[in-house]
Amino acid sequence: MSQKERIIGGVANYVDERTGAAKWLNKNLKKVFPDHWSFMLGEVALYSFIILLLSGTFLTFWFDPSQRDVIYNGSYMPLQHVQMSAAYASTLHISFDVRGGLLMRQIHHWAALLFMAAIIAHLLRVFFTGAFRKPREANWLIGVGLVTLGIVEGFLGYSLPDDLLSGTGIRIAEAILQAIPVVGSYIAFFAFGGAFPGHVFIPRIYTVHVLLLPGAFLALITIHLMLVWYQKHTQYPGPGRTEKNVVGYPLMPVYMAKAGGFFGIVFGVTAFLGAVASINPIWLYGPYTPGQISAGSQPDFYMGWLDGLVRMSPPIETHAFGHTISWNILIPGLIVPGILFTGMALYPFIESYISGDKREHHLLDRPRNVPNRTALGVMSLTFIMVVLINGGNDLIATHFHMSINQIMWMSRIGVFILPPLSFVITKRICLSLQRADRDLVLHGRETGRLVMLPHGEFVEVHEPISAEKAWTLTSHEQPKAIPHVSEDANGVAKPKSLVNKLRSRMSTANAEQRPAATATEAKELEGGHH
Amino acid sequence: MTNNSIEKFQDPGLPEHIHRKADHDEKAAKTAERQVAILFLLSAVGTVLAIGSYIFMPQDVVIFIPIMGDQNAAQLFLGLGIAMATFFLGMGAVHWAKTLMPDTEVVAERHEFRSEESDREDFVATVKEQGGSAGLGRRTLIKRSLGLAGGLAALTPIVMLRDLGPQPKKQLETTSWEAGTRLVTDPGDRPIKPSDLEVGAVAQVLPALKDGEERTLENIGKDAVLLIRLNPSEFNLDSERLSWTHDGIIAFSKICSHMGCAVALYEQQTKHLLCPCHQSTFDVTRAAKVIFGPAARPLPQLAITLDSEGYLVAKQPFTEPVGPSFWERNTK
Ligand code: HEM
Ligand code: FES
Repeated sequence: MSQKERIIGGVANYVDERTGAAKWLNKNLKKVFPDHWSFMLGEVALYSFIILLLSGTFLTFWFDPSQRDVIYNGSYMPLQHVQMSAAYASTLHISFDVRGGLLMRQIHHWAALLFMAAIIAHLLRVFFTGAFRKPREANWLIGVGLVTLGIVEGFLGYSLPDDLLSGTGIRIAEAILQAIPVVGSYIAFFAFGGAFPGHVFIPRIYTVHVLLLPGAFLALITIHLMLVWYQKHTQYPGPGRTEKNVVGYPLMPVYMAKAGGFFGIVFGVTAFLGAVASINPIWLYGPYTPGQISAGSQPDFYMGWLDGLVRMSPPIETHAFGHTISWNILIPGLIVPGILFTGMALYPFIESYISGDKREHHLLDRPRNVPNRTALGVMSLTFIMVVLINGGNDLIATHFHMSINQIMWMSRIGVFILPPLSFVITKRICLSLQRADRDLVLHGRETGRLVMLPHGEFVEVHEPISAEKAWTLTSHEQPKAIPHVSEDANGVAKPKSLVNKLRSRMSTANAEQRPAATATEAKELEGGHH
Repeated sequence: MTNNSIEKFQDPGLPEHIHRKADHDEKAAKTAERQVAILFLLSAVGTVLAIGSYIFMPQDVVIFIPIMGDQNAAQLFLGLGIAMATFFLGMGAVHWAKTLMPDTEVVAERHEFRSEESDREDFVATVKEQGGSAGLGRRTLIKRSLGLAGGLAALTPIVMLRDLGPQPKKQLETTSWEAGTRLVTDPGDRPIKPSDLEVGAVAQVLPALKDGEERTLENIGKDAVLLIRLNPSEFNLDSERLSWTHDGIIAFSKICSHMGCAVALYEQQTKHLLCPCHQSTFDVTRAAKVIFGPAARPLPQLAITLDSEGYLVAKQPFTEPVGPSFWERNTK
């Protein structure tokens, strides 16, 4: 035995004698993880969260979360002797007088954008491949929770420096609180410790930003990963991959090396962005005061869609019995986002109700093979894109020489028309892709080579596809619709028959498929050719 | 379709493993090893660059990068160094894993999570029995009082948030403007005469401070007012609102009636006020009527007149609350 082996053996022995974990560790170090680029999206989210923890902690060493008035006298000349809050002054200090401080601020902000982008892309991957199905509904819920908290955390984060731009964002958030019927002005006064802006809001959201929410993130992410671990990762369909196995690489050493390496790469990319790409240059905006505003104010992208919704909402308020209800704030600010996120959270349960499918699923769907779900996803994305674009309507107006009025009406109409339209189009595309799969299996791959038949006609040579490919393209399930039963076996009308009817309708729509090619058909065709 | 004679395609099983060059060729393996080492060394160079520029680079050197514009050199090179250090460390590890670590795919079994039927029955029985022995099913009095107590206990932390802030009282409804309050410039706090404003001009004003009073952000958030001077003939107002203007000068709350942003953009030609937050647009000639955007109410107008010394003053307080709506707002 070499010296190195002796040391490793010694360590393993030490650990096991104190924990009895040899068996467990042995099993888990050999744990198998399937490999696919789309499985890295969740990893990117995790790594950018770690980067946020590290860079954020660095910022806390100098950031002063206080709205105490101070007179600035740091090294940024244009703001010398200006009265501002200590929060803003300390952010200037970090940016100009702490070596690497600006870099860390920019890394923190870029990592926040990357975190949100990755977490959303990951959520889309999970949605479109059906990875949320039983037994993974809990992880879907945790994911929806993480996205929601991420939006809040990011908003609170860029509110901290107390510059003119972020103060305007807080003002808008306060108006949303204030608009809540009956208790709104109380909630706003409690949150701000009195009239807006007050002196306590920044310190309060600081605690939430650096302690409460990161704690919640850590807890949720831990449960999320433990469930992935315990339930084992899903895999894409393919030869040798079944509902009963996992095909991939063992955790030790390949996956650990790749994951660790990937963390380094993500860190490197954020550090690069932080080094060369300026983001949120708060010194240009000036300190916050409610009487002023910086033109062209844009929130980060994960808030932009909310802003776009607010911008397009019609000017409706109800004035009655001495009270005011601002629908123009409540609908875009609370009601629509509430419906969207609730629907998203409940989706796995809705889908399994409609399809009647209560089985476990570990093989992922190819999106085209589930046209309804895919169409629904594209429809929701279209909705978000329309409102997000409307969130930048002022930029678009100046850029493309259009009037804001035109853009507003285009988005107001578009938000009702484009999502359903994209549903129909996506569903059609899915079905024709299914047909293309079918043709590919039955008729082989087009080679682009033409041959002339004896009677002078040109035909393209088709090459049969491999058995592996044929299996991948045909192994998916053919869903069946749940028939509508309005009477029970004795001919008595079932209660809730309307619900049943609706369910049966939806499940029929759900089951619309181009049948997958079968070996029998392939053989028949073959026979016909010769 | 469920005809049994129809035969589906069969799973051909896991494709055969294709070995990499480095798996059997010692020379290829050595090359891969060298590549990994080069990546790790690049990372080391990055760290040297980072620490070097942290210590030695002066803080006030600015260099120009195309597209990105002027950048502080010290922070740029520090960042590039850190980026190199982490990126190449990661690349090295990934390359190592890809070229030299075992790449044979492994198959692990997966078992349904549902337990054996007998275990499930035992489990249900245990829950029933243990629950039953505690009398959960029978003792409704205990169950109900437990529910009551638990629900009530959860109220305490909510109640204890009460002292986060004061009650709003009338604060959302009132501003510092009173009859006779002078309009003063912001910034500068100078009183204003009509002759200070040309036709077409705009000015942001605040109420003059009383002795010993300090200007707080809370007050600015309610008191900020825009003064605009038009030709009196351009107004399209009822007689009351017209009497609130003075010689073509009209005053509106600057706090947007939508969500409270500062309404800061004035278009001289159209005589429109525009809020940059959500583009609500108000027509100055028609008492700030909303002509576009999500705002549902005009900007409140402040009645102005002249005091004995010829300075502009408020004729009366605002007749309605300024800023965004709230439940208690009595909108007429
Ligand atoms: C998902 C997690 C997080 C997100 C999305 C996030 C997002 C942000 C954003 C967008 C900013 C504004 C940066 C700027 O441009 O100035 C910010 C500021 C800040 N964050 Fe975070 N953050 C997260 C976690 C953390 C953690 C864990 C800490 C500390 C332990 C932290 C500490 C800070 C501090 C001190 C600031 C203010 C300093 C400054 O703005 O320069 N953050 N955060
Ligand atoms: S705050 Fe002015 S338009 Fe929304």
